[in-house]
Amino acid sequence: MTIQRKAVALISGGLDSLLAARIILDQGVHVEGINFYTGFCVEGHTHAIRNKDKDRPKRNNALWAAEQLGIKLHIADVIEEYKDIVINPQHGYGANLNPCLDCKGFMVRKAHEWMQQHDFDFIITGEVIGQRPKSQRRETMPIVARESGAGDRLLRPLCARLLPPTLPEREGWIDRDQLLDFNGRSRKPQMALAAKLGFSDYAQPAGGCCFLTDSNYSNKLADLWQARGERRYELDDIMLLKVGRHLRPADHFKLIIARDDGENRFLDGYRKRFPHLYATSHKGPLVLVDGTPQQEDLELAARLLARFSQGRDAEQVRVSITDAGGARELDVAPMAAGDIPEEWYL
Amino acid sequence: MNLRRLDARHVLCPLPVIRTQNTVANMKPGEHLEVVCTDPGALNDIPAWCRINGHRVVESCQQENEVVIRIEVGDHD
Repeated sequence: MTIQRKAVALISGGLDSLLAARIILDQGVHVEGINFYTGFCVEGHTHAIRNKDKDRPKRNNALWAAEQLGIKLHIADVIEEYKDIVINPQHGYGANLNPCLDCKGFMVRKAHEWMQQHDFDFIITGEVIGQRPKSQRRETMPIVARESGAGDRLLRPLCARLLPPTLPEREGWIDRDQLLDFNGRSRKPQMALAAKLGFSDYAQPAGGCCFLTDSNYSNKLADLWQARGERRYELDDIMLLKVGRHLRPADHFKLIIARDDGENRFLDGYRKRFPHLYATSHKGPLVLVDGTPQQEDLELAARLLARFSQGRDAEQVRVSITDAGGARELDVAPMAAGDIPEEWYL
Repeated sequence: MNLRRLDARHVLCPLPVIRTQNTVANMKPGEHLEVVCTDPGALNDIPAWCRINGHRVVESCQQENEVVIRIEVGDHD
């Protein structure tokens, strides 16, 4: 009797992992997907928060991909474990605070652990040689396989024919001749394959799926670490870095200023944990103050809030300020746009 | 009928799905779980997760800023 071989596929929600899983499914292998939530994943959060994104589809692309493939998807919360990857990457960062090579090794290692716990046979990723400058190069492929512990149970169907045969190929669990030899940054081969397989609606090819590759986000994270004097974070910290305007008028405090009603609602969930301000005389943003503001700092925050409220052209805006001392109201003159130093913006 | 409730408010996608997944893992087929979320994306994601994992959405609704989804747990295999 033929043994039904089982593979766990890393499903990011992007096109490459979708295609890689499909290629192996088409060879009669039982495939289940795994997706890791690090806290830095782009999809979902911003779409759910901002008004301007209200009409964009709010689907989770990994779930959507799994549904297209007809496979189960296991979503793993790796927020805590992932901190060490972000804070101490052995292979360093990319252009920003993106530890891509360590990240790939980490995810394959977690998939390998899952594979062993669930008695699966091998792991699939959508990696393509030369696709990413940091983590998907010919030299990094064996590093990921070795450091993750997956070894030759790690199969990259999209570029497998450019790599030494892996265990599933050598053992005949899958036919190497039906695997692919994609190479380089061009997305055309993947798009052509997607069309051939009938996938027309998929997440943007090679679209950034991690906030850490974004320079603005990385700058805000670096600022957070500098302000705290240590490189650490909690989930709420990295969530808040995705929301609002961040202004740091001084080392000991910064302001998080909502940009629309959606962000106001989101920040409202954090209101009790921070000194906060909102306008009572005009419509305006909720402002959270992170740090140890003094009274004069809160007054400055009130003037900044007034600047970003509908009272920006009024002589006075009444602002409610709440901190450990309780709530009070203050009338302030909105700060002029030209008076806000550019370097305050993170 | 056994009904469990899960508070997944004030967390964003995919955390409501992960919490649902982890709660359902400890429930028996036929039991019901009611998930309350504030992320409207849950209205798409939790039903999608149910479809691919063999569970059934009994009902879902959006009230003010909250989404409530009731799930009947399917067979775990």
